Amino acid sequence: MLHDLMPILLLFAVSAILGVAILILTNLFGPSRPNPVKLSTYESGKIPIGGPRIRFSIRFYIIAMLFVLFDIELVFFYPWAVVYRQYLSLGSFIFWEMILFIGLLLVGYFYAWKKGALEWE
Amino acid sequence: MNELGFAWIDIGILLLKILVVIVVNLVILMIMEWAERRVSAFIQDRLGPNRVGPAGLFQAVADGIKFFFKEEVVPTGADKWLYTFAPLLVLVPALMTFAAIPFGTTLELFGRAEPLQIVDLNIGFLYIFALVSLGVYGVVLGGWASNSKYPFLGGLRASAQMISYELALGMSVIGIVMITGSLRLSTIVEYQNGLLLGFLPRWNVFLQPLAFITFLVAAFAETNRLPFDLAEAEPELVGGYHTEYSSMKFAMFFMGEYIALITTSALLTTLFFGGWDFPWVDEKALGIWGVLLSIAAFALKTGFFLFFFLWVRWTIPRFRFDQLMRIGWKVLIPLALLNIVLTGAGLLFVH
Amino acid sequence: MIPILFFFFAGLAIASALLMVTHKNPVYCAIFLIITFFALAGLYFLLGAQFLSVVQVIIYAGAIMVLFVFVIMLLNLSEEVRLPAGRRLQSGFGIVFAAILGVQLLVIAAAGTRVFGRLSGDTPVSGTVERLGAALFSTYLYPFEIASVLLLTGIVGAIILGSKKLPKEQ
Repeated sequence: MLHDLMPILLLFAVSAILGVAILILTNLFGPSRPNPVKLSTYESGKIPIGGPRIRFSIRFYIIAMLFVLFDIELVFFYPWAVVYRQYLSLGSFIFWEMILFIGLLLVGYFYAWKKGALEWE
Repeated sequence: MNELGFAWIDIGILLLKILVVIVVNLVILMIMEWAERRVSAFIQDRLGPNRVGPAGLFQAVADGIKFFFKEEVVPTGADKWLYTFAPLLVLVPALMTFAAIPFGTTLELFGRAEPLQIVDLNIGFLYIFALVSLGVYGVVLGGWASNSKYPFLGGLRASAQMISYELALGMSVIGIVMITGSLRLSTIVEYQNGLLLGFLPRWNVFLQPLAFITFLVAAFAETNRLPFDLAEAEPELVGGYHTEYSSMKFAMFFMGEYIALITTSALLTTLFFGGWDFPWVDEKALGIWGVLLSIAAFALKTGFFLFFFLWVRWTIPRFRFDQLMRIGWKVLIPLALLNIVLTGAGLLFVH
Repeated sequence: MIPILFFFFAGLAIASALLMVTHKNPVYCAIFLIITFFALAGLYFLLGAQFLSVVQVIIYAGAIMVLFVFVIMLLNLSEEVRLPAGRRLQSGFGIVFAAILGVQLLVIAAAGTRVFGRLSGDTPVSGTVERLGAALFSTYLYPFEIASVLLLTGIVGAIILGSKKLPKEQ
């Protein structure tokens, strides 16, 4: 485990140091002459109207929820795919097993489709 | 061995490999920054940057230096910590993804067998997949922390797009995992050594053409490249989630994106085009020359995909957001699922 | 080296969990929760459960937290709104439940090595995906299929909850 974890931690350390170094250096080298107009947020040259954190469509939220659910299903596929060939020697059971799983997944998928959750107008 | 459970020489070699990979990535990043404009110019019958250094090659260096000397602007009302943190969240995971990709066959030197790969994980592909799924945060938090409308909308769009295509990306690979029986990327590459029907290299692209297409399209969307760069659609959202960013912070978003592009090209090579495999040659029998040949084959294939990304940019126009979501959810996911069923049935039939 | 890393990840998990509870800005809370999940993933990795560790990152840090961040943004919360004072009942319940949870944790920690056994140094280093696959499709086949039904219910629930407004918008 350590054998596998060590390189990842080292790589993380090196990348993070690189990233932080860039941030610090650009902060040191760059000038700093702020004024209110420069610091105001960009809205095509106009004075910004209203707050920036506008409310957005609930569709983003539905997409995110569906993503979580399908992502979990996706994760279930991997252990299955890894052992698939080994289990084939025991018969076609493993195949039908997954057909059932995919079938249930498809029921949910087509339900979402039918209900218009995948539409984006 | 010492109290760390590691010989110092191992740590030294590891550090060397990490530094080489990062430096090579940064160099390719600079070349890409130059090539992006030169290739665009070539396709549009222009010249492109050609003044700094031979053929304008040092343009990226000049740009980099310029970025360092630009003023850092933090817009009013922005969340200062998150605003600074977001570029890091894009760059660091992007730099870390390359670790699991084998870029050459095993190097045998001074009696040591050193695999040309930073870490050969049992779950190699999923490691990359996990880091890719974190890329969303830099984008969405950068947009949120800017306290401005355009970046906010850009960040939201980008995250909706990335999560939609992540599913297709993950599903396309399952066919390969089924054939290989492993998630270890070195095993996947080893498996592709050899011939199919006696003359074709046994690359997964020939065994899994449908998976290749879905993976390629999803990869374009995941790296925010045209025709899927809706997060930064200039006519609609000005610059997207990084509209309010300046100086190196701005550049870090681009560095992250280009490094993700390099890793994606390398991953396409590894998963579908045999990785470091040079067809019809047994690299392992050739000693040090075989190692060099394998690195060259890997670089060549990755380079081709990098060029391919640039090429497509000026060939296919941008999709609308509803089209993008439709392709992701209603075309790619069913195709990827179909590929799983077909692969399963095929393996069952062969068995 | 393993104990050092264990205490590092464990400390990180506890510290970021505490910050998650105490921080006022909900977006920061979400980020500290992500860091907690990462620390947990590190602990799983140390135990040799690489697959679990990476799934922890993909599902929790990658998927569920994206949903959380969306929700926080949808609700447009920039600062936590303090509950009006005088909600004795809620705080009373809170304290009682916290106490029960605390006692449970103590009992588990005390009984830990007796009940769950101690991990020996030679836990399986590799092959965890294969082992998981083998277990999932033999011993735990039934729970696995039930899980897929559960996910189907989740999909239906998500759409019903979210789609009330949909027709009006079009």
